[in-house]
Amino acid sequence: MNDQAQSTQYEDRPWLDPKAEPFIEIKGVTKQFGSFTAVKDVDLKIFKGELFALLGGSGCGKTTLLRMLAGFEVPTFGRLIIDGVDMTEVPPYERPVNMMFQSYALFPHMSVEKNIAYGLKHEGINKQEVGDRVAEVIDLVQLGQFAKRKPHQLSGGQRQRVALARALVKRPKVLLLDEPLGALDKKLREQTQFELMNIQDQVGITFVVVTHDQEEAMTLSTRIAVMNRGEIVQIGTPTDIYEYPETRFTADFIGSINMFEGRVVEDKADHVIVKSEEAGCSFYIDHGVSIREDSTVWVAVRPEKIMVDKQAPADGSHNVVSGVVQDVGYFGNHSLYRIELKSGRIVHVSKPNERRSSRRERGVEWDDEVFLSWEASSAVVLTE
Amino acid sequence: MRRRSTFTFSMLCFGFAFLYIPIFSLIFYSFNKSRLATVWGGFSTKWYGELFQNELIIDAALLSLRIAAVTATMAVILGTMAGLALARLGRYRGRTLFAGMVMAPLVMPEVITGLSLLLLFVSLEEMIGWPAGRGATTITIAHITFSMAYVAVIIQSRLSSMDDSLEEAAMDLGSRPFRVLWDVTLPIISPAMVSGWLLSFTLSLDDLVIASFVSGPGSSTLPMVIFSKVRLGVTPDINALATIIILVVSTGVLLAGILMHRQEQRRLRDEQMAYSD
Repeated sequence: MNDQAQSTQYEDRPWLDPKAEPFIEIKGVTKQFGSFTAVKDVDLKIFKGELFALLGGSGCGKTTLLRMLAGFEVPTFGRLIIDGVDMTEVPPYERPVNMMFQSYALFPHMSVEKNIAYGLKHEGINKQEVGDRVAEVIDLVQLGQFAKRKPHQLSGGQRQRVALARALVKRPKVLLLDEPLGALDKKLREQTQFELMNIQDQVGITFVVVTHDQEEAMTLSTRIAVMNRGEIVQIGTPTDIYEYPETRFTADFIGSINMFEGRVVEDKADHVIVKSEEAGCSFYIDHGVSIREDSTVWVAVRPEKIMVDKQAPADGSHNVVSGVVQDVGYFGNHSLYRIELKSGRIVHVSKPNERRSSRRERGVEWDDEVFLSWEASSAVVLTE
Repeated sequence: MRRRSTFTFSMLCFGFAFLYIPIFSLIFYSFNKSRLATVWGGFSTKWYGELFQNELIIDAALLSLRIAAVTATMAVILGTMAGLALARLGRYRGRTLFAGMVMAPLVMPEVITGLSLLLLFVSLEEMIGWPAGRGATTITIAHITFSMAYVAVIIQSRLSSMDDSLEEAAMDLGSRPFRVLWDVTLPIISPAMVSGWLLSFTLSLDDLVIASFVSGPGSSTLPMVIFSKVRLGVTPDINALATIIILVVSTGVLLAGILMHRQEQRRLRDEQMAYSD
């Protein structure tokens, strides 16, 4: 395979290309505030054109990491390299990086237009070009009719777009977004999510997004770094993170999951069997984990990967357990079941409502005895 | 609607009477024809005419206004710098001490401030020959000293309620720290600076004690003139002067109230507009 073909092969996934140069490189960055370590030895490579999400709960260090990229904090140790230039100690006003703040930070005494033009004012560009560039981004975020208004005359969604336009007009190499959709209501958030992705596609700027909302991170980003207590726990595409969590923290943090403690009873190259007292059954998983037999592991199964049936499945040796329905939650497009196992553990199962429920046929209801089963590829073995 | 209780209503009347009867009686007696301030001798406006003939009072009023204007301006400049330093420099060694020391003039008895400033001026004159004698300059310096403490407090509290990310955003958009101050911080805290200016102006205009300590011959402020005149007996022209001052102050307060009400109305309208489209 020649180089040309290889680079096109990785066009959408530069992180898989061993020869790709990272656009942003975070090397061993640590940030301490007094005796508190907010960010602990983080290594991260972000590639050009990515929409990269830093995901984690509050106080996990994601915002501190973003602020270090913007230049508001200087790392205690480590280096930050953006587009081949060491930016570790460069002040924010000299970085080719712009940030969209969580509070939007619009200047209350300036109109929308002036807010957006502010960043170009001291760049030494002539008035004509400033006007053109401002008009261009105002068009991009569809704020034409609001150009003369002051921030307090705008709704939340409009303010968010002004903040985005103000950061984009500088044509930064990297755009940092701190909880970009955090202040919007649910409906607007979903709509804005797609707008944001479209805009990123159009301008081709590398986006780094900080969010605590895992759904937002999943839909928006090319890759996600999950953070916990100042450290990066896992980096991967949304699918990787959701389907192949590497730690119990990631599995638990992203989506909902049923986790059982168990003992490895058989570990072969092509499969592993875990016996769990907590679940009251044994798990057959179709890949090896190369771990000492008899050691403790955790097995995790997502609620939507579990099948519920009133009849026992034909092959009942592994991956089957029975329980009693405790609760049914009807959400319209899907239903959630809480099922109590014999061991007393509650298992969450979700099931899409593919067919319209008929009044004659009775589905799974309260107090039914049901059998839960899942495929050999559905469960994930976690060792830490 | 619930019937108002007679008790509450009479308490309200009593309270207002307590506050305003002295003021109204003062206004009433300013139109007294009689020379004796407490004996009614018929209606007259002659004391107002006489007031404007009295050069001593006019000069004192002009001096007071000049000192107040200079004081307010200087106090806003120095107080804003102090407030910025207190609010923005973060944690540095001795921050608490510095903050406490800026606030000290607020709680210091005026007599002590006045006396210490007098001692300072006297010894400065002996050592470096400035300020030569005491007068308008020393009064202004003394007034700036305590007014700037008030301004610093106002500015600091405004800054602490201001979103830090506004300044960060300006910096992020390529402005150096000084430009950020000029483009963003100062315009946002400007209402606080205006109220600091007005407060300093009023404090300076109002001050009797400190001015008495540090003034010299030929530089008497309006409160000093009034006070010395009253010691010789209350004359109706002082009543007339007081009436004018009350009139000016209440017009000012009323105007400010109307302006604030209008602004509030406009803000509400703007917000409705924002959510209607």
